[in-house]
This record gives sequence, structure tokens and C-alpha cells, in this order.
Amino acid sequence: MNAIASGFPILTVITVLPLVGAMIALLVGKHARGVALVTSFACLVIALLIWVSLPTDGSIGLVELHPWAPSLGVEYHLGVDGLGALMLLLSAIVTLMSVDASHRVHHMPGLFYSLILMLESGLFGTFTALNFFHWFLFWELSLIPAFFLIKLWGGPRRGPAATQFFVYTMAGSVALLLSFLAVFLSTGTKSSPGTMDFGILAAMSASGGLAQMVTAHMGAVMPWLAVGVLAGFAVKVPLVPFHTWLPAAYAEAPSPVTMLLTGAMSKMGVYGLLRIALPIFGPQIAAMRAPLLVLAVATIVMGAWAAAAQKDLKSVFAYSSVNHLGYCLLGIFALAVPVSGAAQQASQAAALNGVILQMFNHGLTAAAIFWFIAMIQFRTGGLRGIDDFGGLRKPAPVFAGLMGIVLFSSLGLPGLNSFVSEFLIFRGTFPLSWISATVSVLGLLVTAIVILTVIQKVFTGPVPERWVNFPDLHHSERIALAPVIVLMFIIGLAPRLILDTINPTVMHLLSHWRF
Amino acid sequence: MAWVIYISFAGAFISALLPRAKPTLARWWALLVAVAGLVIAVAGYAAGMSQGRQVFIDVHWVPSMGIHFLLAADGISRVLILLTGIASVAGVLFSWNIDLRTNQFFAFYLALIGGVYGVFLSGDLFLLFVFYEIAIVPKYFLISIWGSTRREYGAMKLALYSFVGSAMVLIGLLAAYTMAGSHSTTLGYLAHAGLPVDFQLWCFPLVFIGFAILAGMWPFHTWAPTGHVAAPTAASMLLAGVVMKLGAYGCLRVGIGLFPHGLDTWGFSFLGIGSWRDVFAWLAVIGIVYGALVALAQTDFKFVIGYSSVSHMGFVLLGLMTLNQIGVDGAVLQMFSHGVIAGLLFAIVGRIVYDRTHTRQFAELEPMHLSRRLPFAAWAFVFAGVASMGLPGFSGFVAELQVLVGAWQANPWWTIASGIGIIVGVAYVWRALQKAFFSDALPTPHELESEHLHKFAPITWPEYAGVALLGISTLVVGLYPRILLDQIEPAVRALLAGGAQ
Repeated sequence: MNAIASGFPILTVITVLPLVGAMIALLVGKHARGVALVTSFACLVIALLIWVSLPTDGSIGLVELHPWAPSLGVEYHLGVDGLGALMLLLSAIVTLMSVDASHRVHHMPGLFYSLILMLESGLFGTFTALNFFHWFLFWELSLIPAFFLIKLWGGPRRGPAATQFFVYTMAGSVALLLSFLAVFLSTGTKSSPGTMDFGILAAMSASGGLAQMVTAHMGAVMPWLAVGVLAGFAVKVPLVPFHTWLPAAYAEAPSPVTMLLTGAMSKMGVYGLLRIALPIFGPQIAAMRAPLLVLAVATIVMGAWAAAAQKDLKSVFAYSSVNHLGYCLLGIFALAVPVSGAAQQASQAAALNGVILQMFNHGLTAAAIFWFIAMIQFRTGGLRGIDDFGGLRKPAPVFAGLMGIVLFSSLGLPGLNSFVSEFLIFRGTFPLSWISATVSVLGLLVTAIVILTVIQKVFTGPVPERWVNFPDLHHSERIALAPVIVLMFIIGLAPRLILDTINPTVMHLLSHWRF
Repeated sequence: MAWVIYISFAGAFISALLPRAKPTLARWWALLVAVAGLVIAVAGYAAGMSQGRQVFIDVHWVPSMGIHFLLAADGISRVLILLTGIASVAGVLFSWNIDLRTNQFFAFYLALIGGVYGVFLSGDLFLLFVFYEIAIVPKYFLISIWGSTRREYGAMKLALYSFVGSAMVLIGLLAAYTMAGSHSTTLGYLAHAGLPVDFQLWCFPLVFIGFAILAGMWPFHTWAPTGHVAAPTAASMLLAGVVMKLGAYGCLRVGIGLFPHGLDTWGFSFLGIGSWRDVFAWLAVIGIVYGALVALAQTDFKFVIGYSSVSHMGFVLLGLMTLNQIGVDGAVLQMFSHGVIAGLLFAIVGRIVYDRTHTRQFAELEPMHLSRRLPFAAWAFVFAGVASMGLPGFSGFVAELQVLVGAWQANPWWTIASGIGIIVGVAYVWRALQKAFFSDALPTPHELESEHLHKFAPITWPEYAGVALLGISTLVVGLYPRILLDQIEPAVRALLAGGAQ
């Protein structure tokens, strides 16, 4: 199916549209919410169009390629495959959810929605760019609005949280930039500049030429360049021990912004690993696979344990996010190994399918959880301690029911979305690295305990006096939530709707990667 | 295009004659002249798009000495003329509130602009030197009459440094003229006069340092921060925006253009340094890192920007010393980029913020909560700050990246060392941003009350217009660098090839 006329720059349109919306939102001030809703809805429609117009063989489609700064070997190169398009879809959904959840923002609404839309543009740009220069532009562009959203609308300790977030991510970005600068300089000659094109670099890497060039130019630094690139992404995802910025940032950010941070921005890191790190630095990552797997397992297990120790709902789910993204990292590092035989290739494919689907699922579920937390805060004047509540099931049965579904999705209950992806990751990882898969199961168990504890403490038991009149979801909230919850069921029951589109991409990617 | 010079000087002359009692008239007149200059610059730039070197006028001036009144432009000149046009309009807009002897202020201002245009268009070494000197005098008066903090000191220091540099250039100029047979002073003639290598080896550093003083090369940079801080806003914008570029332009056009063999190796090396090229490149790298580190330690907002200029100009000098296509392209692009970004930063700090708060100390700005009370200033600074950090999408990224790539091809250690400067650059901008605009301290009731009583004057239209002009310039070049590179590249290629002959 091809819903887009060939040659139409749809990827440019989807990236620029939120920027235009951001400008308008800034100008109209009070009515910015309407602008943001319309813009983010339009982006969702475009993202869906892109999703159904992908090439069926899993290769990169909807390509836009124009010279930009020829002296630097920089081109304006855009394109998406199943992975990119799914991330566009996720970003569009999460942004729409976040805008909808922001109705309580009365302080400088024009600026708030404008920053949200800029962040959306940064996400779209990151997920469509195929040249480092251009990609890095959007990678950084998304960081600045996120910083100000935390800094200006956050909780009481927002200042340090925002600074910590910025400094960590910036340090990661600098490492990333330096690595790419080195690659760029090594691929250049006296007469022509180097290249920053992901596709070209990946092809050079697969043929072994890239490592030769780098070694010829600056010695045996290739592993260090891989470390630099990994560091940039590890901070963003995050990978233990680069995660320490996250709990403060997630807890202090206003909940709609936390939805974006965890739902969409953390995926930038995972996406970077898949689009950039594995194709270009495959052999180097394969050489470091064992320590990386240890870190991934630590991310899963420690994230879950840390979540169990929290008393603040936002902190609980901040750590729980660390845990869930740990599965993505586990799958990615497990499959980074030279394989032989159809069975191992099938495991690789299962793991990668699982990783990509998990990116989407975690984004959807985590954003929904923080949305519910925002509603709880709205109803209780900001309370969000796990022990502040009890028995909410009675005064607010629909609220409890729907939030329960979302929480069970996070737990990985079969029939809901996350089960499919986590199962695929474990299915793929086990044959490739049985120890790490086995230890990671511990994370699943602890997560189950965490989530059941939350459900128990918040929704069951005696109702404290002050929550007897806890308002249930009203109609507009139900209508807004319904599509998200329906989507969770659809993916859980018929995952092929997504897997059929991403599987060709998985096959295409795996056939091009060399470890 | 030569008209940019004439109308600026004529405008300056008329401005001096305007009645002192009517400042508004002088403002509009200055704006009219500056805009006319910009329009001519843009038209000239567009017209020169597919051309190489254009000669506008070439007449004998002092026939006995072979001095020509020769105005010409290649791609490098056209880019810098464009920068001057943009900076001059922005400077007028940000000087709108000058009430003291407004007509004279703008007379000096336009004379300075005229001198700058003249330098960039001169095709004759003597003529270039004349314009270069003309530009120094109005600068002195602008600072000493309309300046602030320690203005006499700042003005005098600036003038002395400039004159020392000029004296060095003058000696080099006369030596080259004599050596080439005393026939002509046009740049074209001197470049092909076949000056002996030994002569070039001692004359080059003389001229190069003479010009580089004005470009803020470490350790001759100390005039720059004090001069920038003392100068009134428009003057510091021009100082950082275009006057420092005069120095860099001189280094390129006269230093490298006339004495290409001055960069040859000495034949021996000391501590790995074997030529003037190594010396100046390392000084540039030191300037990049040192300027950034010192900026990080300042307590005065304007000093941060002043030292950042030293750091960013270090990239221009480093780019020149790479002597390869991409590095020198980057240096010229960086001249434009820094001109626009530094102008914007000085405008925000010196005009938009200082004229309302009457302080530039971080300690006093912190409790003012400017992000709330002057949101436009805060967001404009965020914009200019990220541009200055060299984030992709702004002109500084493309320019500095080209310089770094060029430096890498010449000597990888230059790139690695200046990378430190970039990282520190992120830190000092962020620190200034946090301290000046987004401090965490919550306002006390007393402060809230005084805020209520002392509302800041609203942002005026010239300020909006000036910020928009400079902001759009850096963004356009950042997003579409070819708009300038298409002109810079052939000109640099010709200049470097000429040097090889």
C-alpha cells in the first residue's frame, strides 16, 4: 500500500510540522493547548500514513537525499524502515498523550506547549535522519526543550534535577560527537572530506574497511570509539551505571513531561544502538559483549530492586522504566555475536523483533502509567506517596480498573502488549546467552512484586476517610484513555499487526550487520 | 558595491551636522544609512554569486609611489561585507536609546563602519592600511565618550594595542614595498613580486602579529575583554562582530596572501615547532582553551562574552594556519558566524539586560529572576548561547567543524587540544545562562514586592528587530551553509593557489 505520492517529502513535513506548531503556540499563548492538540494529532495521522507506506522488503524507504554542506560531506538524508516508522508512531502517540495530560499547566502555557512540540520535532528528526550531522542536530535539539520543561515546570528540586539531566546527557553527547569526529576524519582523504552517512559507514564497517582506515589514521582506537558511542546512548537509555540522573529527572519533571522522557526520549538511546552503534561498530561491540551483558543484566535486576525500595509512585515507575529498558539492552547485546546455523539466526531475529516491539510497548505503557499518576496528583493536590492511599477501588472503580490494566501490562501479563515483546526477547536471548537470560528472570519476578504491591497499597484495603469521595474518571478522561488501552490489548492479542511490518526490517538489518 | 563605503562616510558627515537637540532624527538617519549599506551588500553579494574577483574602481592615487585607489571584492570580501552590513544595522537598532550627543555617536559609528567596509574592499595595501587606521579612531571615541566601566582605561588600552599592531604592519608594508622594487602597492602586484623567502620569513610574523593583535590572538588579546566591557553596546557588537575580523582578514589577505613562504619551515625545530605556522597555530589553540577557561571563571556577565570572543577568534586563526582548503574555508565562515553570534550576545547582555538591571554581576542578577521578568531576554540568550556553544543547526557548528577537520589534516594535536575548548565552551555558556537568568533561588516576599514596584521597561521594537536579524542570520547559515561557502570556497582556493606560485 502506498498512501504517499512518490517524491513527496513526508519525513520533512512531519519533522517541521511540530516546529511550526511550536511557533504558533508561542504566539497564541492562552490557546496554545488547542494548537498543540491539533498539531500532535496531525503528526499522528502522518506517522500512520508513513507506517503503511513502508517498503515491504524491510529496507529504508521514503528517502530524501539532497546535498547540504558538500565541503563537510554532509547531506540532507532522511529515510525510515520499520524501526524508524514505529518510533515515529510511538513519538506521535506519546506526544498526543502528553499534551492531553497537560491540561493542568496554567503557568506560561504558550511556552510549555511550544517546548513540548519542539521536543516532538527533535524526536521525529532523530528517528528519520541518516546522516550523523543532521541526526546530531535533532538529538541535541530534543535535549534543550526537555531541560527547560524540567527546569521551569518541575517539582521542588527541579533545579539540580534539570542540571544533572543536562550534564549527563551532554557528557554522553560529547563522547558520541568525538567518536564520530574521529570516524569522519579517518574516512576523509586530502582531496575529499570524510563521510558521516550511516548507510555508507555501515557498509564500510561490514566490509572491514572502516576499522582499517581508522587504524591507519590514528592507531588502534576503534574499540575506544565504540565505547564513546556506547556511552552516549547508555546515558540516554539508561544503562547502569549511567542511570543516576534518571530518578531525579523523572520524579521532578511534571508528569506529562515524564511521559515524554520515558515514553519517547529513552527510545532515542535504544534506537541509536540499533541504527548507529551495531551497524557501524558491530565487531567492537561483539568483542565487549560479556561486560555489556553484565551491565544489561545489572540494569534489569537493580532497576527492579530499586523500584521495590521506593515510596514515591513516580520514583517506583522511574526505576521500573530502567528495568524495562534493560530488557531491550539485554536483547541487543545478546544478539551482538557472530552466529552460525538457522537456529541461532532465528534466535537473533526473535530477540531483535522483541527489542523493537518492547521499545514501542514500554513507551506506550510507561507513558500511560505516568498519565494515571498525573490524574492521581490532580485529584489529590499533588500527593503521590505509595502509602498515602488505600482502597481507591471502592470510590473510583473505573479508575482502578483501567489503571490496573495498564499496571498489568507493565507486569507482563499475557494478553497484554508487554508480554509479547518480553517473551520474544527471552526466547531470543536464552539460546545466545543462557546465563544472562536466566539471571534476568529475577528482574521479572521482582517487577511483579513491585507492581502487585502498588496495586495492593493504592487500590485495595480500607478506604481512608479523606479518599471516600475520590472522583472516578470522568467521560473525557475515559474517552482519551480508551484508545491507548485498546491498543495494549490489540498488540497483546494480535502482535502480528506490528510484527508483520517490523519482521522484514529485522531480517534486512540482521543480514547487513557483521559482528 | 563600493558605494557601501561612500554612503557610510557621507552618512557620518551628515549625521555630525544634524541638530543635537533632535536625537530621533539622528537615529532614523543612521538606520537609513545602515540599511542602505546592507541592501547594497546583499545585492552585491547576490550579484557576485557566480563571479570571481570583481574590480569596482582602479585609479591612480599617488602615481609617484604607485599607489592605487583600487576597490575590489572576491568571495571572502563579499561575505565579510555582508557581515558588516548585518552588524551595522543591528548595532544601530541596539543603540536606539543613546541620548547623549546622539548625532555625534552615530557620526563616529558610521565612520567606523565606513572604515571597515573600506578594509574589506581594498585591493591596494596602502589603501587598506589607511582604512584600517581610520577604523581605529572612531572606536576610541565611541568607548571613551559613551562607554561604561573604566572607559578611559579600556579605550586607551584598545587604541595603544591597535597602534602597536598598525606600526608593525606599516613596517612590514614599507619593507615589502621596497623589496618588491617600489613600483606599486596593489596586493596583486606585491603577491607576484617574488619576494625572497628569507625576507618573507621575518616580514611575515611582523605583519601577521600586527594584524593578529586586533584579532585577539593570545597573548596579545588583553585589550579585547576590557575594551568590550568598557564599550557601549553597539561598539562592543561592532568590536567583536567586525573589528576583530579586520585583524583576521588582514592576517589572511596580507599575511598569507603576500608572504606565503613566511610559513615555510625554518629548517630546524625546537620542541616540535619548526615554523611560524606551528607557532601561530599553537598560540591560536592556547587562545581557544584559555579564553574558554577564563570565561568560565568570570563574575561579570559581559566579561564572559568578552573572553568567549577570544576563544572563538582562536578558531579563526587556527583555521588560517591549517593552510588547507577546508580549514581556511572554516576560518572565513567562522568570521561571519562569530560576528553574528557575538553581536547577538553583546546585544542581550549589554543592551537588553544591562540597560534595565544596571548591573552585570552574576551575584546581583541571580536574585532578579530574569527568566520571569525578562523572558524575551532569557530565551534570546538561550538561542544565542546554544549557537555559541556550537550546537548543530547554527552557523558556529559548521564553521568550527570545518576548522577542526582542516586542523586534523594539518596536525591532529591541534584538533584534540581545541576540542577541550569546545567542551569548556558548553560549560561557560551554561553557567552564565543559569546564573543570569534561571537561578533556582526562590524570591523572598520583599523581592516580590520590589519587583512589583520596579517593573522593567518593556522590550522595544528595535530590540526585537535586532535580535531577529542576527538570530535569523546564524540560523540560515547554520541550516544552509552553502549560501556562504559557495562564495568562500573559490576565493580561498584562488588565494591559496596564488600563495603557492
